[in-house]
Amino acid sequence: MKKTTGFDWKKITHSRFFMPIVCLLLVLLVNVIQTPNFFAVSINNGVLYGYLVDIINRASELVILAVGMTLVTASSGGQDISVGAVMAVAASICCQILSGGAVSTNTLMAPIIIAFIAALVASMICGAFNGFLVSVLGIQPMVATLILFTAGRGIAQLVTKGQITYVRVDAYKVMGGYIGKCPIPTPVFFAIGVVIVVNLILKKTALGLYIESVGSNGSASRLMGLNSTRIKFLTYVILGLLSGIAGVVASSRIYSADANNIGLNLEMDAILAVALGGNNLSGGKFNLVGSVIGAYTIQALTTTLYAMKVSADQLPVYKAIVVIIIVVLQSPTFQKKIRAMRHGKAVAVNAG
Amino acid sequence: MNDGLLLSMRGISKAFPGVQALLNVDFSLHKGEIHALMGENGAGKSTLIKVLTGVYELESGEIRLDGIDHPVVNHSPQEAQTNGISTVYQEVNLCPNLTVAENLFLGRQPKKHGLIDWKTINRKSSEILRSLDISAEPGKPLGECSLAIQQMIAIARAVDMQCRVLILDEPTSSLDDEEVEKLFALMRKLRGEGVGIIFVTHFLDQVYEVCDRITVLRNGELVGDYEVEKLPRVQLVAKMLGKEFDDLADIKSERQGSGAATEPVIEAKGLTHAGTIKPFDLTINQGEIIGLTGLLGSGRSELVRTIYGADRPTGGTLKVKGKAVNITKPLDAMKNNMAYLPEDRKRDGVIADLSVRENIILALQAKRGMFHLMSRKEMEEAADRYINLLEIKTPDREKPVGSLSGGNQQKVILGRWLLTNPDYLILDEPTRGIDIGTKTEIQKLVLKMADEGKTVTFISSEIEEMLRTCSRIAVLRDGLKVGELTGDDLTQVRIMQTIAGNQTDKEASETDGKEGADV
Repeated sequence: MKKTTGFDWKKITHSRFFMPIVCLLLVLLVNVIQTPNFFAVSINNGVLYGYLVDIINRASELVILAVGMTLVTASSGGQDISVGAVMAVAASICCQILSGGAVSTNTLMAPIIIAFIAALVASMICGAFNGFLVSVLGIQPMVATLILFTAGRGIAQLVTKGQITYVRVDAYKVMGGYIGKCPIPTPVFFAIGVVIVVNLILKKTALGLYIESVGSNGSASRLMGLNSTRIKFLTYVILGLLSGIAGVVASSRIYSADANNIGLNLEMDAILAVALGGNNLSGGKFNLVGSVIGAYTIQALTTTLYAMKVSADQLPVYKAIVVIIIVVLQSPTFQKKIRAMRHGKAVAVNAG
Repeated sequence: MNDGLLLSMRGISKAFPGVQALLNVDFSLHKGEIHALMGENGAGKSTLIKVLTGVYELESGEIRLDGIDHPVVNHSPQEAQTNGISTVYQEVNLCPNLTVAENLFLGRQPKKHGLIDWKTINRKSSEILRSLDISAEPGKPLGECSLAIQQMIAIARAVDMQCRVLILDEPTSSLDDEEVEKLFALMRKLRGEGVGIIFVTHFLDQVYEVCDRITVLRNGELVGDYEVEKLPRVQLVAKMLGKEFDDLADIKSERQGSGAATEPVIEAKGLTHAGTIKPFDLTINQGEIIGLTGLLGSGRSELVRTIYGADRPTGGTLKVKGKAVNITKPLDAMKNNMAYLPEDRKRDGVIADLSVRENIILALQAKRGMFHLMSRKEMEEAADRYINLLEIKTPDREKPVGSLSGGNQQKVILGRWLLTNPDYLILDEPTRGIDIGTKTEIQKLVLKMADEGKTVTFISSEIEEMLRTCSRIAVLRDGLKVGELTGDDLTQVRIMQTIAGNQTDKEASETDGKEGADV
């Protein structure tokens, strides 16, 4: 970071959104240099078209997951790695109900809303299972969610009887496609909706404060009357629900339930989004908007790499490099170094 | 005398950032001696032991061992072990899934043709166990043995590794009386064989039962080195707490006799939490400040934690303002208008990441429930009110509370509880680790609250502080409430006598018992 030249500049660099936005801008900058027409948005066949639209559209599931992952991280100081598998479970249940148990269908066998709700209930049960292991039994989140991480796709396979269930009905494609003549892809609305609703809940109830308190110091929180078990549990159920929504959206994009591929590796992207958002992965204070920016950054990175003709197989390597940089930037040792650079001020603060 | 000297430490000092843990401490241990190392928390006992065993680097001073003609500096516990110094901790550092014999020879297994010689291991193990009168099967997994046996195995292992200085760090904390006796028998046996034993414990009875000499530390400095017979218990307590008997001025409470008995706010009958506090009766009247005292680990904090529901009571009844209540968790207590400022501010008090404002309003918010979020304006007003009232020094209310000094953090937590407008406040060590000025402020505040009709339970290691504020003091020893002192009995001498439970002062404990029963 540059030497501070004025108070305002310092205020900006200290903002919780500084790092996430810098990362996003950095990725976008690379794009402008590499692909001059990156920001071009046009209308083809009545819908918006372009790299930028693609990023915002494709990031939707990740944004939804990142919102839930932020809450889980803040409350339990750990991450849920089963979200991708839970997406597959939700997708398979949704498609299986719509197809009436057949491998492929051209007419809906049940109302979409029923299938949608059933999928969400199933994913909330998955979240509740994770939450129970973590909050009641006190198992490490990573270990607890490893169970559904491995078993989830198996469950999804069981539901679809090992087939890829197709729902070739236009009405089902709406959630992953477009509503009527609206030029904006539907997943974007889902993402925005989730961010707004969760933000409202956090702003209008004390849940956000409780989560931060429990995640920062569970023992003290208990002594002032907070039920840390219940609060942690709740965050896992919320993440389960959000995974379900993401799963149905992802399934609607391909109008099928591909148990092996829906949400594959998305758990890692979601965790990365939380980290990119400037959140402490060991819990406590959180920054929801930061995570959302982080999610868009990752999708921008992915799209960029594709635009630069990097093959899908090599993609993880580049993502890994970004992860390394972020982790180093946030590491206590590095932070200490930075603080040492601003030595005088830091000492004064600590002494006070 | 000097030829019996086994270990001599001279002028040992050790500083950590911001703390002088040891200052110029001397310690000596003779052959065939059980030497108690005593002191309250933070006195420097464990630091001294860690310097001796090489866990911490020796900063200044000199350690000499019998038979080694140059000063000894241990850089690691392993090095200390080769020099004949072994430590057995309260938590046994052995492998519970291996057998007794395997544990005895772990890392130094006798070998034959490059393979482990199991025959020799088992034969030698039996010999060792028999020679030390330890009743354990060599082939039994260690985890299946009782804790006392496990500890004895650890000791046997140390002894067999030619240890001459054996350090026992709180070995009896988790043992029952019978097991303690067995351990003592082993210790006496080793003493007979010339081993020097350093015994760290909080239990006074045990010191007088088994030890020959006592070294007392306080605040990182040496108080003295005494023979057990020449140091009566009361004196020992006085030395640990830092009050010389001659200096004991009778400081009387400014609030002489709180007048006529008002209605009781807290009535506990046989309340208990198994394992930490034995059943106790306690009645606290409105507007009263009652103190709890006792040595570390005597159950002071455990008693209030049980009333508050921080530890779920396992027996007994509790009435709040004459109404029977069932308190199983802190929120129940809060709904009965209780407040609890915990002993360990860092672990149980502050939410370091959150701001001063959030820390102040959290308890009230928790009491109101998740769906009744206080408005931003209400929060800010509440925070500002207590920042001003308690003179909390913070640049602004949105600063993370972790960045404030200890005293100011404590004030924030105090503000948090005052905001809930409690009838009954439990203050567990509210003045620990904070500067003198703030201490006085907090004491004044406690008196003021009582004047306003609030009921307070005040716990402090500093007896003077309690005498200044409390109108009644309950004394605890080893998890049992052993007495209550009021009126003319509220003197340092009487408190220390009650803490020590000295036999030479029988009439004192008798009166205490009577008073306790009356209430």
